[in-house]
Amino acid sequence: MATTAEHFQAHAEDHHHDHKPGFFARWFMSTNHKDIGTMYLIFAIFAGIIGGAVSGVMRLELAEPGIQYLQYISPLVGDDPSNFNATLHLWNVLITAHGLIMVFFMVMPAIIGGFGNWFVPIMIGAPDMAFPRMNNISFWLTVAGFCSLMASAFVPGGTGMGAGTGWTVYAPLSTTGSPGPAVDFGIFALHLSGAGSIMGAINFITTIFNMRAPGMTMHKMPLFVWSVLVTAFLLLLSLPVLAAAITMLLTDRNFGTTFFDPSGGGDPVLYQHLFWFFGHPEVYIMILPGFGIISQIISTFSKKPVFGYLGMAYAMVAIGVVGFIVWAHHMYATGLSVNTKMYFTAATMVIAVPTGIKIFSWIATMWGGSMEFKSPMVWAIGFIFLFTVGGVTGVVLANGGVDDVLHDTYYVVAHFHYVLSLGAVTALFAGFYYWFPKMSGKMHSEFLANLHFAVFFVGVNMIFFPMHFLGLQGMPRRYPDYAEAYHYWNQFATHGYEIMAVSILIWFVNIIYAYTAGKKAEDNYWGEGATTLEWTLSSPPPFHQFETLPVIEEAAHH
Amino acid sequence: MTSGKNASAFGKSLKALGLSLASFLAVAAAPALAQDAPAAGSYTPMKPTEGVGMPVPEGLGLQDQYSKIGEYGAWIHNDVLLPIITIITLLVLILLIVVMVRFNRRANPVASKTSHNTLIEVIWTLVPVLILIGIAVPSIDLIAKQYKPAPKGALTIKVTGNQWFWTYGYPDNGDFEVVSNMLNVPGQPTINNGVREVGSEPWDGPSHLEVDNRMVVPAGEPIRLQITAADVIHSFAVPSLWFKLDAVPGRINEKVLMIEKPGVYYGQCSELCGAKHGYMPIAVEALPRDKYDAWVLTHPGAVIDGQKPAAAEAAAPAADASEAPAADAIAEAE
Repeated sequence: MATTAEHFQAHAEDHHHDHKPGFFARWFMSTNHKDIGTMYLIFAIFAGIIGGAVSGVMRLELAEPGIQYLQYISPLVGDDPSNFNATLHLWNVLITAHGLIMVFFMVMPAIIGGFGNWFVPIMIGAPDMAFPRMNNISFWLTVAGFCSLMASAFVPGGTGMGAGTGWTVYAPLSTTGSPGPAVDFGIFALHLSGAGSIMGAINFITTIFNMRAPGMTMHKMPLFVWSVLVTAFLLLLSLPVLAAAITMLLTDRNFGTTFFDPSGGGDPVLYQHLFWFFGHPEVYIMILPGFGIISQIISTFSKKPVFGYLGMAYAMVAIGVVGFIVWAHHMYATGLSVNTKMYFTAATMVIAVPTGIKIFSWIATMWGGSMEFKSPMVWAIGFIFLFTVGGVTGVVLANGGVDDVLHDTYYVVAHFHYVLSLGAVTALFAGFYYWFPKMSGKMHSEFLANLHFAVFFVGVNMIFFPMHFLGLQGMPRRYPDYAEAYHYWNQFATHGYEIMAVSILIWFVNIIYAYTAGKKAEDNYWGEGATTLEWTLSSPPPFHQFETLPVIEEAAHH
Repeated sequence: MTSGKNASAFGKSLKALGLSLASFLAVAAAPALAQDAPAAGSYTPMKPTEGVGMPVPEGLGLQDQYSKIGEYGAWIHNDVLLPIITIITLLVLILLIVVMVRFNRRANPVASKTSHNTLIEVIWTLVPVLILIGIAVPSIDLIAKQYKPAPKGALTIKVTGNQWFWTYGYPDNGDFEVVSNMLNVPGQPTINNGVREVGSEPWDGPSHLEVDNRMVVPAGEPIRLQITAADVIHSFAVPSLWFKLDAVPGRINEKVLMIEKPGVYYGQCSELCGAKHGYMPIAVEALPRDKYDAWVLTHPGAVIDGQKPAAAEAAAPAADASEAPAADAIAEAE
């Protein structure tokens, strides 16, 4: 490893210590993992605002039975407001856009592209990612994908403007059911961002396998690095299947193939198998890096090493592996054979075991600790509780026979928002407050960060907990309108959204505070519990860190 | 529903007179029970019971179940899964509170360095495994029961999802077809042209759930539902009957539906199918067998038990024979 270190030192001598390129070269031709990470985070916040605004429109419409607002929004995308079908189509465009934006352009760019890019190289003691130029392509492909998705809203998609297929893009609704270019634009958006993610995954795997600092063995890597490694493998193995599936959609739509058209010998259910072979690992792609972030934070603020480190790392590996063989639990209502349904029921329940190991190990990490309730820790403890609620409803939904009444109802919406909107997003905010001063060099306000948590916690629980009730009562998903019996809890959820929106404003105020009045962040502003390598660097870290590779000693903390 | 029993007992005695006669009487009886509405041939739609087969305002749990499978499934959810997940969630919550109280910086200034304990790790791996096995046993059993095929001779009804309405075919009863559209909602743009508004008939159920022509089925006997779609994927779902099965173009999905009690049970399309996905509800009206037969006979070319009853032709002119004793029984069954 000595030669590698000398190489980087030699490289550094050619340049000024902290030489930064000019504005255009730095941000548009970036090869620096921290700059690219920053761009991913800014992009994710931007996309998240749009995706969140879309859900705001949805909650507004759902506050009362009947259609009150959609017809006023439909002219914005070019629909005729007097065309009721186009107005209803807009609803489907909104749910599709909300899902795709939040999955592909908010959570994934933030948690993998943002925090992964920023901290994986630093945590393993590497100067940058393995393929810095490919890193840049990954980012800009994601941006291009987002533009394609936005464009799809303004072109015809069948009964109205935009792609109204749901984020799952099920055939034949997405083929014969959606004439016009909107769905093609949507598919192209997935192709672009999918290609970006595959390249990102290759980059992370190569970086983690080859660029660890001397002494940083696999079993000494921080759990966040482990989580990104597992996630990268999930991306690498699942996204090509999605790419194949949506390419077949494209050819079915435009070139007369019949992969998913029964009139030509195809099968619409085949598409669902392909989609969910990607789609189920995808949900772990969104949550696993969150697990990693939570592990770092719990350990830091308990001032203890993570309890059961190996169990924690291999629990994530197990979740990743099992995640590939449970996909058809999204398809219990399609008419699976009895044995298939029994198998997927049993296999799905298996996932609860490694997930339980993680929950209990986090609590055991805190047990015996000397906990400080700084804002990242508050968010992390909130995460554990909210993720548990989302996890146990997953056990309910795993049962194929019970799913017959809950499939495609609001119970499912409640479940996946508890693990994603309240799980992954809570982990994102935890990570944000944990690392924001490190990335920006400015301290945020702890008071505002905790207030943000409190208001967010109340708001999201008010939105999503009543959705369990709605689902048990039978309210189907993806409905803009409903029977009077569902009124009360829908209105309640809409009030929850208002509260949640206030919490996001608090967050923005906190960011503005940090940049205008925030104190300068020290190197290790969280103190003795923070033991990973990013805390050995300045805040923000130098443009090129580890010009001399750090050497990890035998007894280093995880 | 003792009156329902009376009705079926009466139906049995009528059967002794010959099925065609029974049908004749049932048909003939119709005007007597259509007191508060213009007679619709020999059949008046059943008035749904508030809170049965439909969601209830501010409801928290599953809809009441009206099939054996539904009762079993609801038991698994309410008495097995719900207590287990509540206990697990509370356990995690209590543990979180305990660690926050006992192991904060003030209460415990010096952190321990414990990072392994094999015994406890084995325990929290094995105990969830045992709990999951405990859940899996009834859960797998429920799936097995749901897949029990319909007995030979069970009535077959063909359900077809369309953008955006359902059609119900009755191949065993002369292969007539019922087209079922959602009723328009007063004050909202027209959803289905030529369809009346909800609430314009006394038997109308909740808005967004009621349809112009319900799927009428016999209660108390297994029915073979064959489900398919004409355009995109739909899903035939009735929460109070624990029934949900996708309607997929090019494929016929089959499942048994067995409704314990006469009544009206509402459901909604449960797979995104385009613009009016939210406006193609399902209304299943389960009737005692004799009333079901009477409903069948209102359709041209109707067949019961493989034969076209002569009475069917005679029914219309004889419709005034409202003195038929069957009338009371059927009216009570409502």
